[in-house]
Amino acid sequence: MNRIAVVTGAARGIGYSISRKLVSSGWSVAGCDVLEDDLMAASGKLGDAFSPWILDVTDEDAVKDVSGRIEKELGSVFGLVNNAGITRDGLIMRMKKSDWDIVLNVNLTGAFLMCRAFSRLMLRQKEGSIVNISSVVALLGAAGQANYVSTKAGLIGLTRALSREFAARNIRVNAIAPGFIETEMTRELSKEVREDYASRVPVKRMGQPENIADAVHFLLNDVSSYITGIVLPVDGGLTT
Amino acid sequence: MSLETRVTEIIIDKLGVKPEQVTMEAQFDTDLGADSIDQYELIMGFEDAFGLRIDEDEATKLTTVGKVVEYLKNKDLDN
Ligand SMILES: NC(=O)c1ccc[n+]([C@@H]2O[C@H](COP(=O)([O-])OP(=O)(O)OC[C@H]3O[C@@H](n4cnc5c(N)ncnc54)[C@H](O)[C@@H]3O)[C@@H](O)[C@H]2O)c1
Repeated sequence: MNRIAVVTGAARGIGYSISRKLVSSGWSVAGCDVLEDDLMAASGKLGDAFSPWILDVTDEDAVKDVSGRIEKELGSVFGLVNNAGITRDGLIMRMKKSDWDIVLNVNLTGAFLMCRAFSRLMLRQKEGSIVNISSVVALLGAAGQANYVSTKAGLIGLTRALSREFAARNIRVNAIAPGFIETEMTRELSKEVREDYASRVPVKRMGQPENIADAVHFLLNDVSSYITGIVLPVDGGLTT
Repeated sequence: MSLETRVTEIIIDKLGVKPEQVTMEAQFDTDLGADSIDQYELIMGFEDAFGLRIDEDEATKLTTVGKVVEYLKNKDLDN
């Protein structure tokens, strides 16, 4: 069975890893991102089962247009993974409204627009599975990330609301809360900060993008068919 | 098959109600027990069956069987 999934933020990091996992398990992936070069590089590495789509998830018209084209060119979309995310860290006293707005737009409004576009298609075909990439900070809080943490907590609300809307329609909606994962996003931190993070994780190491990809694969597939509306921490024990 | 009959059949199929319940005056929510998402699916059913697109503003006004029939009649369907 060749199922189709849409993954946002697929050009690099966790989104790339999710795409690779799905492709290697026989899925077709429509990978959406704003980083054109990285997206093309990803496409080169993953082959024909991965189709690159330049898409800014905050652009309402573009989301509408691209979702229609994906459906037309690839067929019924079964899976949606809202992974695109950005940070603009700073203490709240110094946080510009523009930094608040852009993080909300990408991380939360982007996921809303994608869910709206694809749930209509999933409702028509009466099946589907959506996974939203939240974060442990939504559960623990994090100083200097008021904007980011708010969006990641918002994604949990979105997940729970939609899981109820669609539960009786064979469409599942779940969230994953990654802990500290080694990607471009966390590589920007200093070595000391990263070692400090790792030492606070019960398993004493940072997670790999593949750990998140495996969890996404599990939640998209029918093996998790009785699971909806959950927040699955993948964090080496950080939130326990 | 008349428009009324086709609309009635779609409603029976989507909502699992009895034919005699589907009168022209019947309200989807109070008389036919459809919740908001049932009603959304009904609209999609009409869109598919009659090959047209009903925009959200109009869709929310189609609260009874008769209103749907009336709406479709005015659409000048070619099938
Ligand atoms: N790395 C971690 O430790 C960690 C922990 C918890 C949660 N997360 C979450 O996982 C997700 C992926 O993180 P990552 O570490 O791989 O980051 P990353 O920066 O490497 O990847 C994010 C991707 O999203 C894309 N993107 C950004 N804005 C976009 C937009 N408007 N439209 C489309 N694509 C856009 C970027 O171009 C990039 O390719 C994010 O949502 C992040 O918040 C990461």
